[in-house]
Amino acid sequence: MKRFRFNQQEIVFAVFALLFLVFSIFLKGFLTADNMLTLLQNVAVLGILGLAMAIVVIGRGIDISLIAALAVPPGLVLQMVQNGHSLPTSLLAAVLLTIAFGLVNGWLIAYAEVPSLFATLATGLLLAGLGQAALFQLDVVQWSPGMNGFERLGQGTVLGIPTSIWMFAIACIVVAFLLRQTRWGAYIYAIGDNPYAARVTGIPSRPIIVLQYVVTALIGCFAGLVLAASVNSMPTRIFNSTLIYDVILVVVLGGIGLSGGRGGVLNVIIGTLLIGTMLNGMTIMDISYAGQNLIKGVVLLLAVITDSFLNPRNEETAQQGDI
Amino acid sequence: MKTFGSLTKTTLAALALAALTGPALAQQGLDEPFQKPFKEALAGKTVAYVPVAMNFDLTEGWYAGLKKELEPFGVKFVIRDANWNTNAGAQAVTSLISEKPAVIVVHNPDVQTYAKLLQRAENEGIFVIQINMGSAYRSSAFVGANWVEIGERQTEGVVKACEGKSNKIAIIQGALSAAASAYTLKGVENVLAKHPEVKVVSSQAADWDAAKAKAITQTVLKQNPDLCGIVGFWDGMDIGTAAAVKEAGLTGKVFLATSGGGERKGACELVKSGAFDLNMSYDVPTQAAQMAGTIKWLLSSGAKPGSIKGSEYTTLIPITKENADSPMSCWNLSDLKK
Repeated sequence: MKRFRFNQQEIVFAVFALLFLVFSIFLKGFLTADNMLTLLQNVAVLGILGLAMAIVVIGRGIDISLIAALAVPPGLVLQMVQNGHSLPTSLLAAVLLTIAFGLVNGWLIAYAEVPSLFATLATGLLLAGLGQAALFQLDVVQWSPGMNGFERLGQGTVLGIPTSIWMFAIACIVVAFLLRQTRWGAYIYAIGDNPYAARVTGIPSRPIIVLQYVVTALIGCFAGLVLAASVNSMPTRIFNSTLIYDVILVVVLGGIGLSGGRGGVLNVIIGTLLIGTMLNGMTIMDISYAGQNLIKGVVLLLAVITDSFLNPRNEETAQQGDI
Repeated sequence: MKTFGSLTKTTLAALALAALTGPALAQQGLDEPFQKPFKEALAGKTVAYVPVAMNFDLTEGWYAGLKKELEPFGVKFVIRDANWNTNAGAQAVTSLISEKPAVIVVHNPDVQTYAKLLQRAENEGIFVIQINMGSAYRSSAFVGANWVEIGERQTEGVVKACEGKSNKIAIIQGALSAAASAYTLKGVENVLAKHPEVKVVSSQAADWDAAKAKAITQTVLKQNPDLCGIVGFWDGMDIGTAAAVKEAGLTGKVFLATSGGGERKGACELVKSGAFDLNMSYDVPTQAAQMAGTIKWLLSSGAKPGSIKGSEYTTLIPITKENADSPMSCWNLSDLKK
């Protein structure tokens, strides 16, 4: 008889469904269309970042510099517009900076063969430092009249649904298409599953790895633009926050193993929904900040522990965390 | 008669001449006895500045203001940027104690961390001036906002705006560990104690983060669309709060009170646009000028560090639509740096 087994994705989905059910029954005002939209809207940027991170994690890497890509190029856009440049010029400069940044990351990892954890840790600091020292006048770059109209990217609604949710949806579709429908996506899975085998079979591993980091940085920059548009400023100090852990959490919790080669967009969506539901429910209950952290930690631990009970590690899976 | 007349005329002319030129000839410059010791007391002295971080309007403003006031007197002005790292800040203060500047201007990250160090510094003969965020140790001078008063006046504004409405308000706090946030909350509580009819539907910390403030406010507004006011703890964070209010289409209906340093883009412009209804400003250039004045006074007084202690609480400027256009309400960082 085949034993019925859950994988982590299903466990997390079950936890999400349970929480959702409990909140819907006991929490007045939780299960309303408006609140559901707010819930999604609040985690849209986190979700987009999760997609970016998923691409490199599937390819058996990690990108700690993602928050720098989120903060610095969009900050540059706001700063340049503030200084009197036109919006298209500023956007172009930001995109070029992001591509250059992704290329540096990719080159370090693919050609110089620096482990991705250390390479992106260093480049992230470099980019954030560059921003602070040379690009921005203040940590919080304010919106200026030249940006008017651009806030539509993160504010307002289209067909009754907040724009940032649309942005998350678009990012999901684009990443899902890249990963599942293109040869490039298949190569990423192959490299993540077994980089040596991938190379032996003639997959151009190094250029693909470089491309991964460029795409990740670009998605990070896109998330930053949505964030800036939604709060009408770019708080570049966000680089020093713990956001990167939340992003990794969304990815790992959703069931994309750090050992690479597994998972997809659906996992990111599930991870994002769980975090979003918890945050939203706790805000409605007006739980204190410390209490929220405690609950978040307990739920996440439970999910991870349940997974390791139901799916004990064996030699093949034991390399999780080998990054 | 004629001779007499001419003599008189001559005399008169001579007198007139003497009257005109006399004082000028007689005027030997009078030395003002106190300016030389003042100059000597300041020249070559070092003033060290330890902010929690540079690159934001408050600390940049204090820096520019102090530099402008002190450097012309030959004071060496050095900066030790803690860059949001409490440990790095404590190390900076520790190493400054052995470097022995004349004055340390310190911006505390919390009440406890630097307290012992600041006491040691004054024992070692260094004047300590605390700016805006005080520590448990009372040093030669504290220059800064009275956070309790800020909380009270913001809440008074919100309570007034809520009269005849739902009386439901929300509070968006800063970081829980920050004294400024806790003191402001105390002020909020003081006013609410007098107004039992006002109901706080949400009181959460957003960690000085605009995105978190926006997320919290959105959820709160969905649950309480009849909310009549929000007390926010910092304008840099409450950009997010304001964005949530605007998106809900409630600008003008939800009274948003916040506080900050009064930099034009972060304060007046946002009050003008309707994002904030009240911004209690602690006017950074005035604070810088007061600190500089205190430093000049302390150095020239010959007082022993730690022997005299006093406070200079900032006179707050409530920025509303009425005065947001006035050039006196806000300041530009770029102008201050010139």
